[in-house]
Amino acid sequence: MDKSMHPTPMLDELESGPWPSFVTGLKRLAGENPMVVDLLGQLETSYRTRKGYWKGGTVSVFGYGGGIIPRFTELKDADGKPQFPDAAEFHTLRVMPPAGMHYSTDVLRKLCDSWERHGSGLIAFHGQSGDIMFQGVRSENVQAAFDEINELGFDLGGAGPAVRTSMSCVGASRCEQSCYDEGKTHRTVINSFLDDIHRPSLPYKFKFKFSGCPNDCMNAIQRSDMAVIGTWRDNIRTDEALARKYFAAHGLNDLVNDVVNRCPTKAIRLVKAAEAKAGPSVSMVKVSDEHALEIENRDCVRCMHCINVITGGLAPGADKGATILVGGKRTLKIGDLMGTVVVPFMKLATDEDREKLVDLAKRIVDFFAENALEHERIGETIERIGLVNFLEGVELEIDANMVATPRTNPYVRTDGWDEEVARINAKKSQAA
Amino acid sequence: MATATATPRRAIESGVPDNTPFLHPVLKRNYGNWKYHDRPRPGVLHHVSHSGEEVWSVRAGTQRQMDVHTIRTLCDIADRFAEGHVRFTIRSNIEFMVGEESKVAPLIEALTKAGFPVGGTGNSVSMIAHTQGWLHCDIPGTDASGAVKALMDELYHEFIREDMPNRVHLSTSCCEINCGGQADIAIIIQHTKPPKINHDLVANVCERPAVVARCPVAAIRPALVNGKPSLEVDEKKCICCGACYPPCPPMQINDPDNSKFAIWVGGKNSNARGKPTFMKMVASGIPNNPPRWPEVSEIVKKILYTYKEDARPWERLSDWVDRIGWPRFFERTGLPFTKYLIDDWRGSRASLNASAHIRF
Repeated sequence: MDKSMHPTPMLDELESGPWPSFVTGLKRLAGENPMVVDLLGQLETSYRTRKGYWKGGTVSVFGYGGGIIPRFTELKDADGKPQFPDAAEFHTLRVMPPAGMHYSTDVLRKLCDSWERHGSGLIAFHGQSGDIMFQGVRSENVQAAFDEINELGFDLGGAGPAVRTSMSCVGASRCEQSCYDEGKTHRTVINSFLDDIHRPSLPYKFKFKFSGCPNDCMNAIQRSDMAVIGTWRDNIRTDEALARKYFAAHGLNDLVNDVVNRCPTKAIRLVKAAEAKAGPSVSMVKVSDEHALEIENRDCVRCMHCINVITGGLAPGADKGATILVGGKRTLKIGDLMGTVVVPFMKLATDEDREKLVDLAKRIVDFFAENALEHERIGETIERIGLVNFLEGVELEIDANMVATPRTNPYVRTDGWDEEVARINAKKSQAA
Repeated sequence: MATATATPRRAIESGVPDNTPFLHPVLKRNYGNWKYHDRPRPGVLHHVSHSGEEVWSVRAGTQRQMDVHTIRTLCDIADRFAEGHVRFTIRSNIEFMVGEESKVAPLIEALTKAGFPVGGTGNSVSMIAHTQGWLHCDIPGTDASGAVKALMDELYHEFIREDMPNRVHLSTSCCEINCGGQADIAIIIQHTKPPKINHDLVANVCERPAVVARCPVAAIRPALVNGKPSLEVDEKKCICCGACYPPCPPMQINDPDNSKFAIWVGGKNSNARGKPTFMKMVASGIPNNPPRWPEVSEIVKKILYTYKEDARPWERLSDWVDRIGWPRFFERTGLPFTKYLIDDWRGSRASLNASAHIRF
């Protein structure tokens, strides 16, 4: 390529050191693609002036309203001409990853070949919402780039006030803590919202995330409007051989300090092996001929700690499913919100179970679409209207698992109390 | 423009692709049937299925923003050792699965030789979750990939070892929206001055009522400036959050000198032990100093190594501070506890010490 490189003394400093360097990668692309030469020029300018120079705009593919992040340079000379013309348009295609972010090298190579033809050759695996980000394409090439990626079986993700791209953990494909089929659930739910992903028309963004157990490797509770976090209802399962293996390697001090004492609800007790016994709600495992653990599962909150420490020796139960939480988000506008429980447990074992989850998700997104203010996340809506109004709106029953504590102030009108008790009792007797 | 065709191609709205064709054969055969795992060495996970089958996953760090040549190098390695399958973690690490233990060492050698650090498992400092920054964002106060590269160079040895009390997750964010997310230690731009408004542009560029509504403290109001409809900011009320800047670019919040970094600690999304926690601001006023941001690295390392030295096994950073208390956190790290760290936002009284619990 005859386009000469701009001097990049500051970026050059990021080529040394042991961690892989994106600058070295960009320079290699610059040898073949003038767009990246100018991208480096603009980026070096940012490093020098400590200012950003991209502005948004409107670019999309035929039939879709979202999924492309348009970027036009604002770095222009006195005549309004771009200082780095080959990177004056540098849009991103957000593309939804397969669940668990598994790939064959065959498909990765095809995606690379395509992006080299139409775009800059720079791809991020992955963005913070989970998208594969194909970074750097001119407006005129966006459609052709998308068409090829689309023909390879991939589709655009969300942007703007839309249902967004989702992520699920490695889950059942390689993790013993998996409590539901994360990949299938992720795909089933998200593919039920494609219209809301491709044609943004919600009050603001809406994110789903799927974690297979309460370790929540996808950070669903803090980062998604609707979090699906795996859990189980029955007793923790045990495997004596693996528990003994842990004890043989670690001894009594570690067992006490790292396992028994770190149980947040004191559900685990160290007992003499000779006296230890399992019960209807008690898991028991001998760790040696002398010592055993007893876990009162009614007191266990499924935090995962002891299972993480004695992996395999202790394991999630067999009656698995998920807890659903709603309303997680970061600061803007009212401050950080965690997702909070709206369904303590639901089975996710069958297609029918997953359809129930889709149905719940639809009710929640519909409620969001109709009731949220512009630029308000569902967590903020709930903060504004109260959880009870939200639950009534999406037809969910209240449950004491939804609160950390009951109310601590008397500022509530309770003249409907007797009717409410009667309604609950009637419902109970109907269920019995 | 390219020659316009009469009917553009209609998208196949296929959504999330089926991952089944992409799964490594051992994973496919043992889907949902895994029994336990251990870690034979940093960077390697060894999973055992109820069927008795085993798989070794070798994890390596990447630069996340990858050129196609880097991706092809990774594909070449996967074709040689891992039957042509890979996966990525949420922190942009790549994983190669192999069904035979004998392939692990040569795979690690190939990755190391190609410049990819093997690690990021267990009690390591994993790759930093990060954002786009100057490379691609329209509202960045700083860069992301560069700051991450600089810090990971410094923390390289903590990535390839598992020497921490528990896992350590880091994130960086180039504005207060914090796309990098919650982390044990997070590095986030903190603006310190109200937006500078270009009144000539506001009327044409910004939907003024939407901008007014966006402000968390109602500091923005419509105004006529030099005869033009614009917006003004009550600078006494303004908390410099930058929320007005994305919907109204003429309200420039980024400031090369006055946009600083803040450091936050103790975010944890896992339910293990205590409930999930949000991170807390513990330092601010740190200069935005490319290309290597040394002042940021210094504070992050001070916090990290104080935690490493002082925390007990399995304590995440938040668990450690729960035990030692905030006064000792500031004492041990040498960070000043200033009035700006006492929360005064809504619900802030819940963050005050409503007890006589004092550690001496």
